[in-house]
Amino acid sequence: MIGERLKAWFRGGSQPSPPPVPQAPVSRPAGGAVRPRAAQNATAYSRRSPGLEQFFYILRDTAGLSILDLSAASQANISFITGLGHRIYAEDIMDALDSTYPPERFFEAQQDGALNRQILDQCLNFPAGHFDGALVWDCLQYMKPPLLEEAVERLHFILRPNAYLLAFFSSDERAVTVPRYVYRIADARTILLAPQQHRQPSQHFNSRHLERLFGRFQQVKFFLARDNLREVLVKR
Amino acid sequence: MSTTPSRSYEPDSYRGSAVIGKSVVIKGQILSREDLLIDGEVEGGTIESQEHKLTIGPNGRVHANVKAREIVVLGTVNGNVEATDKIDIRKDARLVGDIKTARIVIEDGAYFKGSIDILKPEVRTAPARPAAPTAEPAVPASATAPGAAK
Repeated sequence: MIGERLKAWFRGGSQPSPPPVPQAPVSRPAGGAVRPRAAQNATAYSRRSPGLEQFFYILRDTAGLSILDLSAASQANISFITGLGHRIYAEDIMDALDSTYPPERFFEAQQDGALNRQILDQCLNFPAGHFDGALVWDCLQYMKPPLLEEAVERLHFILRPNAYLLAFFSSDERAVTVPRYVYRIADARTILLAPQQHRQPSQHFNSRHLERLFGRFQQVKFFLARDNLREVLVKR
Repeated sequence: MSTTPSRSYEPDSYRGSAVIGKSVVIKGQILSREDLLIDGEVEGGTIESQEHKLTIGPNGRVHANVKAREIVVLGTVNGNVEATDKIDIRKDARLVGDIKTARIVIEDGAYFKGSIDILKPEVRTAPARPAAPTAEPAVPASATAPGAAK
């Protein structure tokens, strides 16, 4: 225990460690459905995000780019991105998923091709190469094939060549449910993570899964954070 | 002072504005030359209040493109929105459309779907002063500007 703390102290330098992520009671609803739970005792915290840092480092020299943000619109993200001189497009895809797929059949309903097309047409219906970057956050881990592959295919289509995409996946292989966060950009290298609820991910995504998932993209880069989040930076 | 609770949106800031009440439905274009509160329903066309403030009240439902100096959204807007000064999207508001504005405030809990373009404030150049009759060579208008725009 003390050894672990010392190791963390040496690794982290003066940066405060994120608080331990509270684990929701293990409960697997019938049929793999989602059962949101309030993240008890969870508090928002900020930490350095190497994925975000690289994402914005690449965009730093050019103004007037179009950035897709797949989270609920927030003042922090809007102010930061428009402050860099870029245009932001806000699209709350998790809200669309939750209002389309019934909670008791959340993953089973994702086998319905017509519903999947409806979701993708509603949320990711843009011309080819429309965006210069996409902040996908953690929404892909709540999608099951074939919706997952179709969503990634759409992202590939709407991003211009050499554009970057930033996505987060839980790296906790044993977790049945994982905390769902609201992500707010504090600055070019720091994010604020506010845990909202625990949800069941569609599957565990390890590096091999992710490389296969983003197989059509040029490059996939991983950053493993101490709060069990794998940050994935993908080049179109 | 009335103690009866009121369900309508009546902040001090819109007193003196034109009001479209919550039981009113308008189909067509609106052009306003004063501050305007829409707490009813407006469908189609455009709503313009170019030099003034436009408030979409909590009961307001707008299916139109909107242009104003300042726009406050508490209700629902489906359409593109352009504000020369500021857009304020409050909690529980719902806006689906593209935004062009100089400044934006969006509260947590508001639903927004669309793009945001921040318009840079126009650099106001001083109007050229009419040249006084003189025998000296003409000076470019921009060089005579300092102090002219008061």
